[in-house]
Amino acid sequence: MAHAYTPGLKVTDNIVLRKERRLPILGEVRVGLGDTVRPDTVVAETELPGDPQTLNAANVLGLLPMEVPRHMLKKEGDKVTAGEVIGRASTLFGLIKRQLKAPCDGTIERISEVSGQVTLREPPVPLQITAYIHGTIVEVLPREGVVIETEGAFIQGIFGVGGETFGTIRFRAAGPDKPLTAADIDDSCKDGIVVGGSLMTGEAIAKAAKVGVRALVAGGIIDTDLVKYLGYDIGVAITGQEDVPTTLIVTEGFGPMRMADKTFELLKSLDGCEASVTGATQIRAGVMRPEIIVSGYRAKKKRKAEASSSGLVPGTPIRLIREPYFGLLGEVVELPPELVVIETEAKVRILKARLQSGEIVTVPRANVEILES
Amino acid sequence: MARAKHGPGKEISSILATDCGSTTTKAILIEKRDGVYRLIVRGEAPTTVEKPFEDVTAGARNAIREIEELTGRKLLGDDGVLTPQKGDTGVDIFLSTSSAGGGLQMMVAGVVKTMTAESAERAALGAGAIVMDAIAVNDGRKPHQKIERIRNLRPDMILLSGGVDGGTKKHVVEIAELIAAAEPKPRLGIGFKLPIIFAGNKDAVPHIEETLGEKMDLRVVPNLRPVLEKEVLGPAREEIHNLFMEHVMAQAPGYDKLMKWTPVPIMPTPAAVGSLVEAVGKENDITVIGVDIGGATTDVFSYFKETFNRTVSANLGMSYSICNVLLEAGLDRIKRWLPFKVDDADLRNRIRNKMIRPTTIPQTLEELLIEQAISREALAMAFEHHKTLATGLKGIHRGGTMDRFVDQAHVGAESLIDMKDLGLLIGSGGVLSHAPRRIQAALMLIDGFQPEAVTPLAVDSIFMMPQLGVLATVHPQASAQVFDRDCLIRLGTVVAPLGPAPSGREGPVEVVRVKVTLPDGQTLEESAAYGEMKRIPVPEGAKVRLRVEPSRGYDVGAGPGHRVEREVDGGVCGIILDCRGRPLVLPENDAERSAKLLEWFRALDVYPQEPLAGLVES
Repeated sequence: MAHAYTPGLKVTDNIVLRKERRLPILGEVRVGLGDTVRPDTVVAETELPGDPQTLNAANVLGLLPMEVPRHMLKKEGDKVTAGEVIGRASTLFGLIKRQLKAPCDGTIERISEVSGQVTLREPPVPLQITAYIHGTIVEVLPREGVVIETEGAFIQGIFGVGGETFGTIRFRAAGPDKPLTAADIDDSCKDGIVVGGSLMTGEAIAKAAKVGVRALVAGGIIDTDLVKYLGYDIGVAITGQEDVPTTLIVTEGFGPMRMADKTFELLKSLDGCEASVTGATQIRAGVMRPEIIVSGYRAKKKRKAEASSSGLVPGTPIRLIREPYFGLLGEVVELPPELVVIETEAKVRILKARLQSGEIVTVPRANVEILES
Repeated sequence: MARAKHGPGKEISSILATDCGSTTTKAILIEKRDGVYRLIVRGEAPTTVEKPFEDVTAGARNAIREIEELTGRKLLGDDGVLTPQKGDTGVDIFLSTSSAGGGLQMMVAGVVKTMTAESAERAALGAGAIVMDAIAVNDGRKPHQKIERIRNLRPDMILLSGGVDGGTKKHVVEIAELIAAAEPKPRLGIGFKLPIIFAGNKDAVPHIEETLGEKMDLRVVPNLRPVLEKEVLGPAREEIHNLFMEHVMAQAPGYDKLMKWTPVPIMPTPAAVGSLVEAVGKENDITVIGVDIGGATTDVFSYFKETFNRTVSANLGMSYSICNVLLEAGLDRIKRWLPFKVDDADLRNRIRNKMIRPTTIPQTLEELLIEQAISREALAMAFEHHKTLATGLKGIHRGGTMDRFVDQAHVGAESLIDMKDLGLLIGSGGVLSHAPRRIQAALMLIDGFQPEAVTPLAVDSIFMMPQLGVLATVHPQASAQVFDRDCLIRLGTVVAPLGPAPSGREGPVEVVRVKVTLPDGQTLEESAAYGEMKRIPVPEGAKVRLRVEPSRGYDVGAGPGHRVEREVDGGVCGIILDCRGRPLVLPENDAERSAKLLEWFRALDVYPQEPLAGLVES
């Protein structure tokens, strides 16, 4: 492949972003083109059909399936309330009387003479989709949702758990290589997005959940701490639906990981800003990474032009993403075109990189990612 | 089909085929040269089904453009691939397979879990689907749990079966009512009705139509279990493919354009690989097992007793799902394949980091051994899963009504897989195809599948089985020629005697003697003791005479103590003697296990010796 490298994670103080907000089934859009929205603005809503309950009427009433319809007191489409008698039958010359009662409020959807089942549909459940970010509606998808545009700072993490939330950024990192401990989190962090350095320790995660921190951000996390927090092990890299009190976002990977300087400095400058975040991660084609969005943020000083993401060239800032240099940062020095035999004896395309320590190392191109701007 | 497009008498002499995978789109160019179809060149590019492109043809064009650059030949026009070939421009036919965007995802349902639900599962798997769940009357879940499950899944389609023709209708209608109550929604296309195929009791059709007809896009095909003793999967599979094209492909980004490029329906990638494995078995009259270990899933295909089976272990893979291998196998089972010590926490973090950065490759020998250890476990678990489904029909020896069968879920059936009778084991997927030494691929296959007696091994050189599978539907000869000459790399043959482990008191116990007669008449002889592995070099491309003489009590396919003599192909790994016994048991003591692994690695020359020794010492 011409571009045999991992696309980098976006870390920028200014970007125009568009977010699509869609309902899972058709419904109604509640905002209009050009409207300004906040993270908690409801942009679309619908009603999910209520849970169905199947009642084995034939068994309860002691009938053959085909006899069920004529012993029902309610017909298809009728509304019923919990405890209401909806079917009745008597056998043995009326000596044994049996009743079928509705277990919940709802509507009789189906009475089957083949299976003898009655389907009772519970009342519909309202579902709302919020804007998630500050922004402007730039497109309305009739009956489905909207597209929201915003401008501001944008940081992608590498992995996260927990869903969407928003809050004020509380920068608590002593340095990009310093772990975030329980002592760094206090009551002032409640409802906030707390940023640490190289690692969110297990104690820090527990304290954050206890205090009511909405999200934690750090360079790394220890695998076993994640398992302990979730109460189970994650097998497949699809997250975002976890029922956890605090959303977690790691920017570098598993284990203690020095946070990339650029990410660290940007998060530092965002201290006190309101951010929308999600831990949702899906690592397949069309990669979904966890993110931190600060709408309306304007960089105080102009940055010098940075390498574009068009490809690897000498000078491109990179992160090394596999052992033996996992987590180290550097820049491309040389891109030899020929295949090179590495320690495993595989013949691969490599590059030479200068690490921050000054050391020059050889790595497969597949094992680096560009530090995107 | 394809031939008609070029008019009568016009022979296909150039073929372009793409496989749009979940990560990469691979294109191959095949030409007829000197009367034989050969692979000319390949190209690849990232798949572009998802944002920001959302058009599968962008990735296909990029992959084809690589071929254009490498051959200096124009293949693409504004409307797609230029067909037919005119002079040095275009090709005679373009074909494609696809597993992009998650492939084909199905839910199946039946009355009895081990009977009609299992038949429905086999039909869906054979059509190339990932089966998200199999719902049955007797699956142990309560009705509300089934409904909740059906509601939460968003499959591409559902296959519903149940009841023999003329039998009880009650149970299959009951399942249909559960589905109707759940009102499942399709994964793609908001507002569309979810397709459901009914392949059950024909007498239940009016009731099924009444129950599901309005809510869903109902298709009715002949019963896949018309009588209990017979399984007819063809019509259901065909309808799945039709719906895949009509519904799934039509909804996926850019596929409307890609479908216009080709005169042949786009096949789901696993269905194409499966059809090729089946064709190899049929044409050569051999039993075959094929495995494709990918980043997210591991597919196993088998052809035994004239029956093709496919299973997909949807969450066993080497990148996206690598942590699930860790979860299901456990750390100790992975570590048992490593001759060196590794810290548990460090290993877990490394595996997680591979999951979140799936396209990275091992740079160090240590990392390579760890990945190959994980692959052994993934292969073994995927194969175990396969064996549970590749069986004869279950429950058929007992008469009675369908009501009685609902209670007979335990009635078993013999597995079709007979490892002593395996004619070819083919491996495919990055960890096997890209192993730095081919012997590493051979050993991963041997450890994962534990072939018995005498078994030829091969790997797919660059994973072009999908393209050759779809090509086989229009030009079997071209497909077979390229498969034989360019796709398959013959690794060699493994000889694994079966027999009891000696007590160990009597010292090394010889279990097999082997004599190889090369084409020039030269002979090579070797023997091996229980617990040993050895390798006899036999050149690739050579057909040799192999004589295997097991010791008394040991079986190499003809019964204990009986000699086996046959012609086998040479291969890059030659003939491998594996006398470690079956099932393969590794020593529990760490030091002994490490010593044994090192002994086998050395005997087969699996890894570079010095760096490996350094790893073990450090």
